[in-house]
Amino acid sequence: MSNIPTELRYASTHEWVRPDGDGVFTVGISDHAQSLLGDMVFVELPEIGSEVGSGDDVAVAESVKAASDVYAPISGEIVAVNEELEDSPELVNSDAYGDGWLFKIKAEDPEEVNALLDAEAYEGNIEE
Amino acid sequence: MPNKTALHALHLASGAKMVDFHGWEMPINYGSQIEEHHAVRQGAGMFDVSHMTIVDITGNQAQAYLRFLLANDVAKLQDKGKALYSGMLNETGGVVDDLIVYYFDVTNYRLVVNSATREKDMNWLNSQASDFDVTITERPEFAMIAVQGPDAKAKAAKLFSAAQVESVADMKPFYGVQAEDLFIATTGYTGEAGYEIMVPVDDAADFWQKLLDAGVVPCGLGARDTLRLEAGMNLYGQDMDETISPLAANMGWTITWEPSDRNFVGRSALEQQKAQGTEKLVGLVMTDKGVLRAGQKVKVAGGEGVITSGSFSPTLGHSIAMARVPASVEADAEVEIRKKWVTVKVVKPSFVRNGKSVL
Repeated sequence: MSNIPTELRYASTHEWVRPDGDGVFTVGISDHAQSLLGDMVFVELPEIGSEVGSGDDVAVAESVKAASDVYAPISGEIVAVNEELEDSPELVNSDAYGDGWLFKIKAEDPEEVNALLDAEAYEGNIEE
Repeated sequence: MPNKTALHALHLASGAKMVDFHGWEMPINYGSQIEEHHAVRQGAGMFDVSHMTIVDITGNQAQAYLRFLLANDVAKLQDKGKALYSGMLNETGGVVDDLIVYYFDVTNYRLVVNSATREKDMNWLNSQASDFDVTITERPEFAMIAVQGPDAKAKAAKLFSAAQVESVADMKPFYGVQAEDLFIATTGYTGEAGYEIMVPVDDAADFWQKLLDAGVVPCGLGARDTLRLEAGMNLYGQDMDETISPLAANMGWTITWEPSDRNFVGRSALEQQKAQGTEKLVGLVMTDKGVLRAGQKVKVAGGEGVITSGSFSPTLGHSIAMARVPASVEADAEVEIRKKWVTVKVVKPSFVRNGKSVL
């Protein structure tokens, strides 16, 4: 069974979103997604300062098995990326919701997050 | 319903993620294929290869049959137990399958062929046998376990009887011996020392469990693929198939041309291919970020080719691949990765041996 924390919001494309306050949101990929991809070997992250729209492909999670686009779940500005992943991409596998985070977005409209899936809806989504 | 090996329940007990592999439900990994890969390079890992097909060829004309069937020449096998790698070709010089043949005497050989091609191979073996006095016998009563890595032999030996230890003492690479209930061979698909062991199906689970208890790490098909790629070993269906000449698949060394009067299936087509020239299989090395993948386009001096196998190399820490390209290839190539062209280095298709880079 996949681990799907109830306090997070999810995109149907398997990104999770956590509010950090002040309109900033941390984004990563779900436990389900990392498990499908298998051992991560490279993570290509967006440029800090870049403006992204929801649904844009902004990062690439590349595992032994496949390369997978990661999409911005909300619109805004990239304000931080997880530099640790440069040397330790396996953090995405070992701690998908913690040390394996990918980037932070300063939301254009924090209300946009409410349109994302909650844990229950995401679980239904991946069981289909 | 996919087939299951005798070790299926033990795979699940070890937390394996199972996949359908050409009709067999097999472990792809037990958590992390990279950790499994390192276990084989640095210690000892094991693979359930019971899905592979074991076929015994016996009879008065066993040698003559195999000299006709295979592009490599079994007449080279003079020592009891010695093994040979060969392609089995069709009339147009394409590869029906690649296999290992063990020699016991001129009336008695054992083949190990791929599982994905089992039915095709059995039909082919039988169809080529009509003019020969041979008996072709599949041996599904054996499971097969590959124990590989620098510590593999020592750990496997803990399970052997005194007589079995004696039988494998001083056995060189690429030999096999029937030792009591086990057939033990110094072969593998990883570029490491180790054994491939055929064990009666009923004893297989117990044998696997004892290897687990001895600290041998269970490894899935994922690690098997990255290990064989690092070792520069072909995967049938990917690096070659019925439409590909062995000369274009780095299998030229497995073709025995002399004596020139030995007729084998595909010989005349192969001679023509050789005279005309073929593409060649090369290794690619990319130290930049990103991963080379099968199917990506390759541009080299004199034309275009394709990556046949590509992955991240856990041992080297960057991506490697095998690619079939025009023979005019020079020291560099361009590969199209996710719509960008990237320059990579061209090398011989061999990357890691005995735990170390050979680049």
